[in-house]
Amino acid sequence: MSSTFSVAETAPARAPAPKIGPVVNDLAIRVGTVNGSGSQSANLVLLRSLYAMGIPCSGKNIFPSNIEGLPTWFHIRANAKGYGAHRADPDILVCMNEITAQDDVTELKPGAICLYREDFAVDLPSLRDDVTFLAAPFYKLVEQAYPPDKTDKGYRDKLRKVVNMVYVGVLASICGIDLEAVEQGVRREFPGRKAKAGEINIRAVEVGYEWARENLPTNLPYRVERMESTQEKILIEGNKAAALGVLFGGANVVTWYPITPSSSLAEYAEDFLKKHRVDADGRKSFAVIQAEDELAAIGMAIGAGWAGARALTATSGPGISLMTEFVGMGYFAEIPVVIIDVQRMGPSTGLPTRTSQGDVLKMHLLGHGDCRHIVLLPGSVEECYSLVVEALDLAQQFQTPVFVATDLDLGMNLWLADPFQYPDKPLNRGKVLNEADLERLGDFARYKDVDGDGVCYRTIPGTEHHLAAYFTRGTGHNEKSGYSERPEDWKKNLDRLSLKLETARKTIPGPIIEGDPSAQVGLIAYGGTHVAMAEARDQLEAQGVRTGYCRIRALPISDEVRHFIERHQRVYVVEQNRDAQVASLLKMTLRGTLSDRLVPLTHYNGTPIAAENIVRPILGWEKTPTGPGWPTGDVERDNPPVPHVEQPSPE
Amino acid sequence: MATEATVLVESNGRSFPLPITAFQGLPSTLCKGCGHNSITSYLIEACKSLGVNPYQTVKLSGIGCSSKTPAYFLQASHGFNALHGRMPSVATGALMANSRLLCIGISGDGDTANIGLGQFKHACRRNVPMVYIVEDNGCYGLTKGQFSATADLKAHLRRPTGEANEVPPFDLCVEAIVAGATFVARSFAGDKKQLVPLIKAAISHGGTAVLDIISPCVTFNDFAGSTKSWEWARENEEPLQDVGYVPRLAEIEVEQKPGESVRVQLHDGSWITLRALKDDAHDVKSRGSALNLLEEGMKNQEFLTGLLYLDADRADYVTAQHTVETPLALLPDDVLRPSAETLAKIMETI
Repeated sequence: MSSTFSVAETAPARAPAPKIGPVVNDLAIRVGTVNGSGSQSANLVLLRSLYAMGIPCSGKNIFPSNIEGLPTWFHIRANAKGYGAHRADPDILVCMNEITAQDDVTELKPGAICLYREDFAVDLPSLRDDVTFLAAPFYKLVEQAYPPDKTDKGYRDKLRKVVNMVYVGVLASICGIDLEAVEQGVRREFPGRKAKAGEINIRAVEVGYEWARENLPTNLPYRVERMESTQEKILIEGNKAAALGVLFGGANVVTWYPITPSSSLAEYAEDFLKKHRVDADGRKSFAVIQAEDELAAIGMAIGAGWAGARALTATSGPGISLMTEFVGMGYFAEIPVVIIDVQRMGPSTGLPTRTSQGDVLKMHLLGHGDCRHIVLLPGSVEECYSLVVEALDLAQQFQTPVFVATDLDLGMNLWLADPFQYPDKPLNRGKVLNEADLERLGDFARYKDVDGDGVCYRTIPGTEHHLAAYFTRGTGHNEKSGYSERPEDWKKNLDRLSLKLETARKTIPGPIIEGDPSAQVGLIAYGGTHVAMAEARDQLEAQGVRTGYCRIRALPISDEVRHFIERHQRVYVVEQNRDAQVASLLKMTLRGTLSDRLVPLTHYNGTPIAAENIVRPILGWEKTPTGPGWPTGDVERDNPPVPHVEQPSPE
Repeated sequence: MATEATVLVESNGRSFPLPITAFQGLPSTLCKGCGHNSITSYLIEACKSLGVNPYQTVKLSGIGCSSKTPAYFLQASHGFNALHGRMPSVATGALMANSRLLCIGISGDGDTANIGLGQFKHACRRNVPMVYIVEDNGCYGLTKGQFSATADLKAHLRRPTGEANEVPPFDLCVEAIVAGATFVARSFAGDKKQLVPLIKAAISHGGTAVLDIISPCVTFNDFAGSTKSWEWARENEEPLQDVGYVPRLAEIEVEQKPGESVRVQLHDGSWITLRALKDDAHDVKSRGSALNLLEEGMKNQEFLTGLLYLDADRADYVTAQHTVETPLALLPDDVLRPSAETLAKIMETI
């Protein structure tokens, strides 16, 4: 039997099952609602209230590819240890959408709380005995805060939005969220001309709060208490962070085509540029072009990069597909350009509003023929910023397309971060020759490897010297960029491009290695998967599995990753795609049987990866190893021929 | 003689002589007699005559026979042989990076009317400041003679007895005008007298200047009956105007000659003068008039050449971006990267 409280009937006298002791500052709330119902403001207020209380928190919008009417969920996590990744099992579920309520209730863990609308036709409490159900008269309450206004034709519509603030008030009451922090959050959400609406929303919060105080038990287990862990922190989306990277990386030509989930990145970038890169006369030090498609977006960026700009374009998987031919040309004609891929779930149109790491290998090898590109893999919102700055430099330094691979979870959700650091080095312009250089050198060949590092010198159009001009082409060319089909020219050029990438491999951001160097089990992850790794490792350690952790930050893969694998007996490669793309890449590059140590651990159902998705399979394999391909648990059998090299960690 | 072998070029208020070889290029590898080679030579002549600064000029192309030609002129200019049908986007990006550049784009009918129609029309729509030449021969040369989207209805494939084309063509001038191009002309590779002043005017124009030039393919489409053949074009060309070009002079000095119906001042201060030879009611400043003329011409199977449409007033795309005077590509660090204080302030707002 379940326990139900509502205004109409008082709580039946029976013990709620099961008994959960107080859980303080480890809270996961899920709000199920309808797209377009205006719950976003309420959810942000809730999140900001937790932030204002100093508790590390994060917020996720799990939304459909739809403008209005389909189910959507907002997830909030507040966790004293700073765990911000997805949690599949919320402590508190708020059901505002009857259509999904039954499913949502079914997924709850025992002991969870379900707050729902009392006007639902479906009898939720009959579904579970092990969940505490709280029915609230949300619509009656909201009318107290916002009485019917016959003069306002939009009243019903507004009421539908304000009602969400009532659950904020109820949650504040049952979880101990500071009412003052909530009200500050509302005022922030409704600034300036919206202040009047803000006051109505504050009343809605108060009504919910008071109702809960008078009608609900005061000893519910999931509570928060003030901390001091967010004072110096910011709450930001990865796309906004990347947009700051565009601003401070000195990008001056930005091209894009609207696509979820990258559109907001370009829009934030344009907003920042308009605010901070305009001179006293209103003239811009940048151009932002919304192209007619991704073919044109990359074409414009490549044209701009060729002519000397720090050019950048942002897109997602389908856009990457369209950019393929141009990226291959950028690689071969050696043109600097940065491409940010905020990954979503493919193949095809796939799940346009769900996260994935499914484009990583494609980005690395994009183009026909032998192509290989630098791919930077931000693992946090800080890195969405800093690695975009870095990418803009690397593109100039290596005169080649550079990818930045973020994802929807990182890009469109709110994460806690330290304030971003100002870049510590000047803009890298790469090997560009001007008139004086050409005069001094007396010779110029665009594709000649003068320095032996595979990176040649270039000139940009507008250089007024008779040696400056060259003819850029995607066809076979010699050192002078003249058309050539000679086998030795072709091979020499391709080999130099390999050398260039090898030079880059030693320059690009290396992996971050942490954890117990004596651990037998190693974990490799990258990009947005990183957000779940600390939590997963702590849980594994609590279960007796100590781990080392190597976070890859760029492709091509650094030698340090190989050294990490050599130091561990089993290495789980955690990623959010079906085909274990980076594990496959590692297997292609590792020598001998070292690759036998790798165990792919993939997550690809469209939800962001949770610690649980990592911990469960690893515990299963470590404690009771079975099945073909899995480690057997017998270290000797699992890793036969390669001697375990004890190598001091370079970090 | 030394003086004859140089061209005086202006740049940033100074002028310097450049050898005429700076305006020339590599020997053409196209077929002997190809219309494209004629266009290349007119381009060289127009650039020399205008004193175009090759160092501040870029020449871009897509893929195909036409797209090889930028290697054959202005060897002192940077060139970019881009992707099939994608030259307009590369040109747009290059001009955003450096607004001072003069951009000459060379394309073909397959490159523009087939694979590149979208980018072509969007460049016209934006009014990207560039000369956009289509060397139009109604067929694919490099892949051996297939029809392009400008091949006439019932045109024959490769030979008089070849398969007939069952799909009506695009008229690229119509497409350009409808899309928003501000300078639209049709010409013929055999009409030097008309083409050289048209090219000069296109270079002086500030906006997308489309020149659809019928340029016979001597290998695959130069047989009797082909409307893209030398013989047919020579016999059927009907020039709309006598086109004249007058370099930068004050208005008062441009003498109105008898019979000159129109003269329009171009972006750089020069003038194009047009004396009507046919359809003297046509108003080059009217899209409606131009479209009507083309429609009628199509109906009557006329090969009308000359300037069809001109709007010298609409701002070009690069100017409309309202960027700083210095080309974006040449901006120093302190302009491109806001200060540490700015970052700190932004952090406070997040």
